[in-house]
Order: sequence, then C-alpha cells, then structure tokens
Amino acid sequence: MTVPLDAHVVLRGVAKRFGDGPPVLAQVDFAVQLGSFVSLIGPSGCGKSTLLRMIAALSPATSGEILIDGRSPERGQPGVAFIFQEPTLLPWLPVQANIEVPLRIRRVARAERERRAAEMLRLVRLEHVRGHYPRELSGGMKMRVSVARALVQSPRLLLMDEPFGALDEMTRHHLNEELLEIREAERWTAFFVTHSVAEAVFLSDRILVMAARPGCIVADVPVPFAYPRGPELREQRDYHDLVDRVAQLLRAGEKGEGR
Amino acid sequence: MNGRLLRWLLPMAGGTALVGLWYALRHAFGIPAWLLPVPHEILEALGRERALIGAAAWQTTQSALLGFLSAAAGGLVCAILLASSRPVRLALYPYLLILQMTPVIVLAPFIVLWAGRGMGSIVIVTFIVSFFPVVVNTTHGMVSTDRGLVELFDVCNAGPLQRIFLLHLPFATPYYFAGLRIAATLAPIGAIFAEYVTGSIAGGTGGLGFLASVFNQRQMRAELLAVALTSCVLGFVFLAVIATVNRLLLRRWHASATPADA
Ligand SMILES: Nc1ncnc2c1ncn2[C@@H]1O[C@H](COP(=O)(O)OP(=O)(O)OP(=O)(O)O)[C@@H](O)[C@H]1O
Ligand SMILES: [Mg+2]
Repeated sequence: MTVPLDAHVVLRGVAKRFGDGPPVLAQVDFAVQLGSFVSLIGPSGCGKSTLLRMIAALSPATSGEILIDGRSPERGQPGVAFIFQEPTLLPWLPVQANIEVPLRIRRVARAERERRAAEMLRLVRLEHVRGHYPRELSGGMKMRVSVARALVQSPRLLLMDEPFGALDEMTRHHLNEELLEIREAERWTAFFVTHSVAEAVFLSDRILVMAARPGCIVADVPVPFAYPRGPELREQRDYHDLVDRVAQLLRAGEKGEGR
Repeated sequence: MNGRLLRWLLPMAGGTALVGLWYALRHAFGIPAWLLPVPHEILEALGRERALIGAAAWQTTQSALLGFLSAAAGGLVCAILLASSRPVRLALYPYLLILQMTPVIVLAPFIVLWAGRGMGSIVIVTFIVSFFPVVVNTTHGMVSTDRGLVELFDVCNAGPLQRIFLLHLPFATPYYFAGLRIAATLAPIGAIFAEYVTGSIAGGTGGLGFLASVFNQRQMRAELLAVALTSCVLGFVFLAVIATVNRLLLRRWHASATPADA
C-alpha cells in the first residue's frame, strides 16, 4: 500500500481477534487523509466498532500497525475525540458541566473550561438548556450535547461510532447538516461509522465499504460532491445514484463477491 | 379520588383496621391487660413515664446518631477502597460477610470489655450493625457504573482519582442512599440492643434499651410497649431525614427522587 504524505490515520495489515475466537478483522489497510471525511459502512457485526476502538486505543490490535500522525495511538492523546453510539452523558451533571467533563479530566482551568463550553453550547444551539439535566432532554438534544462534548476538546481527529443511529430520520438529517456546518469552520478529520448508506454519502468525501466474517474492506468509494453541502443535496439525481451504487457494493460484500 | 388523598387515607385505613383487630382480640378472648396491653393503655403509660422515656430516648438518639454517622462515613471510605481495587475486594469481602454474620450478641460482651460500659460501646455496636448495608450497597453501585461512561473516561485517559470522584462516586450516590436508608432503620435498633446488653451486663448506661430491661424486670408491659413505640418513632425520624436529603440531592437526575410524571 502506498501511504499518502498527508495521511492523518494509517492502518497497515491490521487484524483483530478476541481471545482464541475467530478473527473479527483480517488484514485491514487504509489511510485517512488530513481534513477528509471518511465513512465506514458495513453489515452489523463486521467489526466497525472494533476498528474504531483500536484507533482510539481502547483495545489493542492483534497484529498490524495503526498510526495517528505517524505515532501509535494512545488513550487521551490530545487532538483525538470520540463520539459514542449512545450519548453517554453523566446524568448527575447539567448540560454545560457535561460538556466540560473532558476538560476537567485534562485539568483545564475553570474559567477557560466555562468559556469553551459556552462556545460549544452556541455551536450546537443548546444555550437555552445549559442548566438542564440529561433526563430533561430529547434524544436529539442529548446527542448534540455529546457532539459538543467531543468538539470542546478542539479535536483534529473526530472518531464517531454511529452517533445518530438511534435517532429518527428527520432529526438525523438535521444533525448531519449541523455537523457539516460546524466542520466548515473547524476542519477536523472525520472518521464516521454508520449503517446508513444515505448518511455516509451525504456526509463524507470517501466511503469505505466493509464485509463480515472476517471483517475487511471490500470497496473504497470517492464521493465527488463539493462542500459546503446542504439539504438540497438529498434531492439530486447524482446523490441517489451514488446511494444506490454503495448499497449495491454493500450487498455484494455481504454475499462474499469481490474478495 | 386523587392520588395524594389515597396516600394518606390508605395507611390510616390499614392502621385503623389493625388497631380494631387488636382491641377485638383482647375482648373476644378475654385476654388480661398484663398479657396484651391495648393502644390507649400504651399511650397512658407513655404519658405517665414521659420524663423517663424522654430522657432515655434522647440518650439513645445521641448514640444511634453517632453510630449511624460513623457507619455512613466509614462505610463510604471502605466502599471506595473495595471498589478501587479488585484484589482488595477479593481479599476483604469474605471477612466483611463474616463480621456481618456473627451475631452481635456474641460480639457485644467483647466490645464492652474493650471499650468500657459507657456510650463508646453502644456507638461501636450501632456502627457494626449499620456499617454493612452502606458498604455493600455503595461498593455495588461503584462497580456497576455504566460501561459507556467508563469508556468515556477511558478515551480521555482519566486517572484513578478522577474516575472515583468524577464518575464512580456520583454514579453510586443513589446506591449509597439505599444503604443509608437501611442503616437508618438499623441504627436505633442497634443502639437500643446495645443499651439492653450493656445495661444488663454492667449496671446501666441509660437509654431506651436499659429502660426496656428495667420495665421488663418489673413486668411493666404497657410501659415496655411505650418504649417500643418510642423507638419506632425514632426510626421513622431517622428514615425521614435520610429520605429528605436523598430527595434534595438527587431530585434533578435520579428516578428514586423524581416524581414519575415530572
Ligand atoms: N469484547 C469482545 N469480546 C469478544 N468478541 C467481541 C468483543 N467485541 C466485539 N466482539 C465481536 O466482534 C465482532 C464485531 O463487533 P463490532 O462491535 O465491532 O461490530 P460492528 O460492526 O460495530 O457491529 P454493529 O453495526 O452492530 O455495531 C462481533 O462478532 C462481536 O461479537
Ligand atoms: Mg458497532
């Protein structure tokens, strides 16, 4: 594999198995360019979360090499933030305090913490609920708090594991648009796991399609639409054609073709 | 009928039925007063002996409160130690169980030997009785912290102290209070039991327990039940204080302290 010079994340021959079970991931190779938005899509259980967790150093690769900015991943490394499938908010803290949690862990001074959290609240349009507790929020609002909590760390690399998977379609569309809007200003590299083809096409400039048992990448699809993208993209012919093509690749991968 | 009215009416109805049954038993079977005093006799006894019972209740309250507070603090510290390290947990937990399963009546004479016959012994017995539910509940809460939240702290590479104070302890607060509730009902009973035991061992230190042993020896049955009534009231007061603190602290986030429809 040739690694581009501006690679932010590189995986070389990464494999994973849990204990002496069957291999979950076999021979995964790819590089994510600096500033790109890459989506990873694949059938349930193909190892998408496992892959993401290895990049975040939450679990070690069995073999192969993972590099972020040319170095092995470490827990808590500055510049990397993670958004989970669940909002994972601390129920005993109000919204703003939840957003400040990663900064508290990194011992950022209180005034600075509050300033940055307030800025994030503006960014995700939640200023009006800053003092509310998580149980008082809707599912979509909770997820926006979770996004804010990741962005408050000023990440250069944002790892997202099906962050909007549990939301209804309309809310998901809104949050997709908001995410792209925020990225216009911040330009972090995004690595986004999803099971929705439409979401992957709408958000990313490149889609990696996975197949299962063992997990591997079966297609690497560039998405040619220019940013900034708005909701009108979803009405375009090219968009739907690409969604259909990626869906086909996904089905072909599931049947074991193209390996 | 609205729910709040029912919440008051139903216990009153239940209580009235029980008291009715009590009087009915006494009269239907012609049971003498010394064998089964009825409520108004108990209240009369309480009125007669109010000075004695009041002073004893105050003595007991002090011991129970000290024992309870030390169990609340000691239990918390012990839970933090147990929850922070699996080896420590494995090494100590069985012995905590043994301490709990040893009948206090066996330990009490030793405690009196070591700590003397005064309030110290009574506080120690109360501590032993109410310590266990606090430790067990709090430890359980801390180790069952939501996996997703733990992963958030993993991703940020939080240190062990940060995990305890920002994550596990707040998560375990409702469990801590569940333990405190049990401890609050046990503490007055523990204190009274200890007073009863130390009183009979060593000539008396006052308190409801000692008073109970005196009334018992003199076969003053209505007075004895007046002591029981007083200790129930004491237990309810303890419980009410804990429930109120629980509600104030957890109101905004935990189901145990929030009304279902709010
Ligand atoms: N801690 C673990 N121990 C053992 N097996 C595991 C563990 N975590 C994941 N697996 C296995 O690895 C495989 C991939 O799991 P993973 O969660 O990565 O899938 P996924 O692609 O994220 O699926 P989904 O789309 O449903 O989230 C599954 O077969 C799962 O059973
Ligand atoms: Mg997953």
